[in-house]
Amino acid sequence: MTSRDFGALVLPDRVHSSLYRDPAIFEEEMDRIFNHTWVWVAHESDIPKAGDFLTTHVGRQPVIVNRDRKGDIRVMVNRCRHRGATVCEARRGNAAGFVCPYHAWTYSQDGSLRGVPLPKGYKDFDKAEYGLVQLRVETYAGLVFATFNHDIEPLDTFLGRAKPWIDLFMKQGGGFPVKTMGEHRFTFPGNWKIQLENTTDAYHFPIVHKSFLTSLDNATEDLFSFMDAGGYVEDLGNGHSVMVMIPELVDLDDNLDADIPDRFAGIAEELRRDYPEEQFRKIVRAIGGSGFNLNLFPNLACSMAFFRVLRPLAVDETEIRHIAIGMDGGPDIANRARLRLHEHFQGPMGFGTPDDAEAWERVQRGSAGSADPAWIMVNRGEDKTAANAGDVTAETGMRAAYQMWKRMMSA
Amino acid sequence: MTRTIETITFEDAARFISLEADCLDHRDYVTWLGLWAKDGIYAIPIDPDAEDFADRLNYAYDDAAMRRMRVSRLTSGESMSARDASNTLRSLSRFRMLDDEPASDVRIRCAQHLVDYRRGAYRTYAANVTYRLRVEDGGIRLVEKVVRLINSTDALAGMSFLL
Repeated sequence: MTSRDFGALVLPDRVHSSLYRDPAIFEEEMDRIFNHTWVWVAHESDIPKAGDFLTTHVGRQPVIVNRDRKGDIRVMVNRCRHRGATVCEARRGNAAGFVCPYHAWTYSQDGSLRGVPLPKGYKDFDKAEYGLVQLRVETYAGLVFATFNHDIEPLDTFLGRAKPWIDLFMKQGGGFPVKTMGEHRFTFPGNWKIQLENTTDAYHFPIVHKSFLTSLDNATEDLFSFMDAGGYVEDLGNGHSVMVMIPELVDLDDNLDADIPDRFAGIAEELRRDYPEEQFRKIVRAIGGSGFNLNLFPNLACSMAFFRVLRPLAVDETEIRHIAIGMDGGPDIANRARLRLHEHFQGPMGFGTPDDAEAWERVQRGSAGSADPAWIMVNRGEDKTAANAGDVTAETGMRAAYQMWKRMMSA
Repeated sequence: MTRTIETITFEDAARFISLEADCLDHRDYVTWLGLWAKDGIYAIPIDPDAEDFADRLNYAYDDAAMRRMRVSRLTSGESMSARDASNTLRSLSRFRMLDDEPASDVRIRCAQHLVDYRRGAYRTYAANVTYRLRVEDGGIRLVEKVVRLINSTDALAGMSFLL
């Protein structure tokens, strides 16, 4: 299998449909990609205090993300070093340490093995060798990434040209730090890369999300009808890309004196009473989120007003989390508005997500059509690749992700 | 339903809830919208312990305007998932009045077992549902419906129906 030519499955303008369907390719991806690169695991606001933890996955491996006594964020494999049981099943909480339920091996917050029952049963046993397995952890602008690859380049270098876009995205804190505010989790019967493509696919928006657009007021519908609004897609390197849909909402600190949209007029009226002019305008402008999607290979998108996190479960099954974000310490009324906007589009009962999931499921089902040529086309806007950007509907971001896929799978 | 009432008994409440369930399973959304009080709230929380929904993320937290939009979306033909919507069949049982009855404003809780069928696959959704009913103009109106799925914190799949 290792001799297989994965590179031949990804051409500059198309990818082979076996990338969605072949279980052997999926196994290789879990190792060559998810076990070898920086994978997003949490936002710092998820674990603000010492002892706070959450459980999640890096690829298919269960991990604990926590903040230890010293305030350092750790990511550790959620697996007892004795016989392999998970040491924590809670999704989140606060814990002084972790005790394996099977034989009570006890680990401290930093993952070191503190004690085992009846230690005299072991010969030459050095506890220092049996701590929870630690991943390398680095953060950028509140985003916590971890990797099993201790030799990988620094996160800073890996993110590279995506960093200024992360900075812009975080401006939707409206002057406050960004915090997570809950999440919608759902699964769809399809390959993870179908979702990876979707957050850099503006082309589908007016088709798949017609019912969402219809539900908006006229001004907001115009804002989201961004096919000709001057948007573009840019390859940011390392598989990352940005898709700008609404150029005037790229920098939320700009145009603070612009007219406030009708949909936020009521909120603005209230906030004006409590905040100085510039600050209240900043908050109001931040409510609707940013005008772009930033795709970070392989598992995170900073998507307009939320984080999209994907987790591959099987070659044809993927879990998606849409994490709501808001203003930490910001006005309740603004965060409430953000929650309602999130509920409007996202989640299993949202006005957008179920239609996306339907499209992705159809891609997975349709790609069983194995007629030669069995290619998935990502050639839209290819004529603009010299400038690395076409219009907003260009499939530049998908091509960027697949070139990174090819690089990692051929390494 | 034409009988004018001043207070709601257990039997009144159970009959009203059955009607509401029948409307949803048979996609009679126009009648369903008419069952609600103007200030009615339809909530499907994620947090199983939530009593107050405004400041947290829910699956649905609908006022009258949002309910109307939701119905439009399910019926307009513009949504590709709703065009090929599930067939649903829900059973409600284990009714318990949470307030003394009869009264003009009561809460009742029950178990809902919903079977969803789509493209050769069945899914089930089990939930505790709490209704608050109020007498308005001699009839019963739905003031609050809260659907607490027993697996609300898990990953769910897209729903092309109402719980």
